[in-house]
Parts: sequence; structure tokens; C-alpha cells
Amino acid sequence: MEILTLLKSNKTLRTATIVVLILLILATLPIYTPDYTIVLLSSILMYVVLTVSWVLFSGPTGYISLAPAAFIGVGIYSTAILGDSMPFPVVVLVSGIVTIFIALLVGALTLRLKGIYFTIFTFGLLELIRHLVLFLELHLTGTRGRFVIAQDFITVYFYMLIILAVLLLVTFLINRSKYGLALRSIGQNEEAASHIGVNVTTVKIATFVISAFFMGAAGAVMATRWTYIDPGIAFNMFFSFMPVMMALFGGMAHLYGPIIGSVVFTYLEEFLLTKLPELYMMLFGAIFIVAILYLPDGLLGVIQKGWAALMRKVRKDNLGGNHANS
Amino acid sequence: MLTLNTVNTYYGKFRALWDVTMQVNEKEIVALVGANGAGKTTLLNTISGLLQPESGTINFFSDRIDNIETNKIVEQGISQIPEGGKVFPEMTILENLEMGAYTKEHWKVKDETIEFVYSLFPKLRERKKQLARTLSGGERQMLAVGRGLMSRPKLCTFDEPSYGLSPKLVTEFFDIIVKLREMGTTVLLVEQNVQQTLEIADRAYVMENGRIVSEGKSSDMLKDDHIKKAYLGL
Repeated sequence: MEILTLLKSNKTLRTATIVVLILLILATLPIYTPDYTIVLLSSILMYVVLTVSWVLFSGPTGYISLAPAAFIGVGIYSTAILGDSMPFPVVVLVSGIVTIFIALLVGALTLRLKGIYFTIFTFGLLELIRHLVLFLELHLTGTRGRFVIAQDFITVYFYMLIILAVLLLVTFLINRSKYGLALRSIGQNEEAASHIGVNVTTVKIATFVISAFFMGAAGAVMATRWTYIDPGIAFNMFFSFMPVMMALFGGMAHLYGPIIGSVVFTYLEEFLLTKLPELYMMLFGAIFIVAILYLPDGLLGVIQKGWAALMRKVRKDNLGGNHANS
Repeated sequence: MLTLNTVNTYYGKFRALWDVTMQVNEKEIVALVGANGAGKTTLLNTISGLLQPESGTINFFSDRIDNIETNKIVEQGISQIPEGGKVFPEMTILENLEMGAYTKEHWKVKDETIEFVYSLFPKLRERKKQLARTLSGGERQMLAVGRGLMSRPKLCTFDEPSYGLSPKLVTEFFDIIVKLREMGTTVLLVEQNVQQTLEIADRAYVMENGRIVSEGKSSDMLKDDHIKKAYLGL
């Protein structure tokens, strides 16, 4: 009973309990669901990780980064290179750390730019890294692409789940700390933020790097599912646009938005791809356009509006009932 | 308290401040007046570390503060209230105020400081959960001052606080500045509203084209013919 009252009064605790429950349910899924579901869920989890880590930085600051594919690619290549010389958990961790260094470099180069310049520059860097790797493979190692030590799909699933759990925890902690406030203040008025004494550049780079770490780790895990990779696969610009689209689709006002957005979006993609392979891209594009035009706050906005309307109705009914009684 | 000695600041090749030497003593209200583009904001931004001087020194008490970062300067006790308020529109009033206490030491005591700011501006307490964008221009300016006070500054620099406010609000605002000084805060005030500024200030500096062209007691300045002609329209 006491636990129930505590849960009722403390919103943070309530949310945390729900999240932990969902994660536990996800963790037990492989016992009783078909393999296909687990494979699909791994994809979904990957996109949730990518989108949430993208929103971690780009959401509050408004710096639209198109670098995710670069970070994922670095994670993928790290796994491909290190995969046969280290145990898998170390590979994932090291891949994340390598990504941190790349992100530090990218951040230091780009985060003094603002708006569209930042966006284009991150995109340019993605292409630069891709061609650099291609060049190195051609002239240094004389290879084209690499094989990756494969992991079974259950392992991939669990690693993705652990990465997501850690990411959610980190995001939660940042959002409620003063750094979360600082990030939002940068997005709203960078000049005023520096007036107050926020070390704008440090805060931006630190968050950019944290977000990149998770993208790199996710890339490292996913690489084992593809078994063969080359620069075109690893540094696919698709991975830069997907998190942006999923975040917009879900809505960015709250952390639920990107999560809902990426889950629905990935499932939709899978559904269209299997049921209507010829029309898949066309329908996908159309749905996205409709979402942008008619759902300015994303799916989250729709849910919030629906919830508010429901609450109003409940209250009205209650009032009506009271009137009838009196 | 604050001493500037032959400070020169550049924007690239453009020299915006020319050998600026000035001084602010404890518990003074010092006014800095001048036309648009005279370099007043540049001077404030140089003091608060947003711009680095090319040459010259700035001392706050006994410490050199030129070439150190803004967050360090805020920690030392200088708070700049920027032009036009520049509040964070999509954050609540409470969050805006909390941001003012961002530096380490001030964050620990932010709840007490917020109470102090609320006592100064009771309206902010009433609306603490509201988003800052829902405030009127005057209220935003109030919030900006409140946010600036959250770092418990010894020296407050104001950049055109009366800009865009109605005459009644301007008067209220100058009252607040006087009140701040009574509580022990030193004020450096940049203003275009020269008449009212000189009435509350102890001393004043006049800037033209990046240079300090005259300085003196405010009461004397009010009588000065050049000032009267150039800034008071008399």
C-alpha cells in the first residue's frame, strides 16, 4: 500500500517504474516470441537509440546535426577491425570510445557554426569520412569492405536493449540537471546563455560527444548483423536522415515523442516493405509528408491533444453527474 | 572596484574601443552614455568577457579579469543584464531564474536567491510556472534583471534597460536600480535615456566613436552645455 501511495505522489518514481517494467518485459521477450519478432525489435531498438541520442543534443539546442551516419559508421568500422581480437562487450565499448574521439574532432570543428551552416558542415563531414575510409582502403590496405564477426540475433537484441537502457538513464539525468537547462537555454538564446556564465562551447561539445557515443555503440552492435560492410554501407546517409525524420514524426516536446516516433516509423517501414514492396518508398514518403503538414507537434502532439480532450470530457461528465445528484 | 586601463577592443580589423580608461567605485551608480554605435555595448561585453580586449587591462578588485572566461567573471561577481532582456522564451520564469545561478557556487544557494528575487519582484513569484514568452515587455525586463541578480553580483552592468519600455515603466525601472544600490550592489548603467540616467547616477562617462570623451559628476554633466545640446536636446 505504501509503495502505491509513494508512486502516486512521486511522478519521477512512477515514470521510472514504468520504464523499468517495459525494459524487463522486453528483456524476457526472447523466451516466448518468435525469432522474427526479436529481429524486428532489434531494428526498432536501434532506431530508438539513434533517435533518442540525436534528440539528446539536437532537440534542446536546435543544432540539426546530420552527423549520425558518420558516428554509426565509425562504430561499424571499429567493430569490423577489432571484432576478431577482442571479446564482444569490449568491442562495443571501444567502438563507442573511438566514436567519442571522432565526435570531439567534429564538434570542435563545427560547433562554432550556427543554423544551416552547422547542418551542412556535419553532412559534409559525413561524406568526407566516407571517402577518406574508401581512399585508405584502396591505397593503404588494398581492400574493399570487410567481414564482421557475426553475433547471433539474441545477443544483438540484448546489447541493443542494454545500450537503450543506459541511454535513457543518461538522458533522464541530463534533462533534470542544470546542464539540461543550459542546453535548452543555448537553443533559445545562445548569447544570453553565455552572458549568464554558461560555457556554451563546452556544454555543446560534451553533449554532442555523449550523443555520438551511443550512436557509435549502436553501430558497433548492428555491424555484427550485416556480416559484410564497406564504406557505402557503413557511412550510409540514410542513417543521418532517419533520426531527424523519426524525431519530427514523433514530436520533440518530450522524451516520449522520439521513442514513439521511431517505434511507429520503423514498424511502418517494415510493414510496408513486406506487404507492399513496390509501393513502399512512395507510401512511406507520402505518410511522412502528411505527418509534417498536419502534425506540427508530431504523434506526441496528437496524443497530448487526445488525452487533454478525454480529460475534459471526464471532468465534464463528473460535473454533470454532480449536478444530477444535487 | 572595477578599473579599466587603456582598453582596446577590435572586431576583426575594426577598432571599436580606443584606449578606454574608466573606473567604477564600490556602491556607485556610474552611467555610460553616448549615441548609437559609440561602443557602449562593446565596452560592457569586454568587461563581462564576451569580447577579449586586444590590449589594456581590466581589474576587478585586485584581480585581472581581461582574458578570462565569462563564467569565471560571473563567478567573481559581475553580472551583465543584456540589452532587450534576452530571456529564454520557452522556459518557465522559475527556470529562467535558475539559469541565472548557473555557476557552481551560486547553484548551491539558488533557492534562497530566488526568494530574494521574488521579494524584489513579487509578480515573478505569481507567474513562476508560466513560460517567459507569455510575459509583457516590462515583465521580461524584470525577469532579465532577476536572472542577472541570481549570481549575487557585486557589480551589475545594465545594457539599455529602459529600451522599449513605457515612460511609467522606465521610472519604475530606475527606482529598482536605485534600490539595488541601496542594498549594496554597484551599478554600471548604459543608457540612451540620458536625462533620467544622470539624475540617478553619481558619475557619468560619455562615449563617442569608441572613445571616452568626457567624464564627471552627473550633477555637473546635467549643466554641461555640450551634453545638453548633444544628448538632452536642450
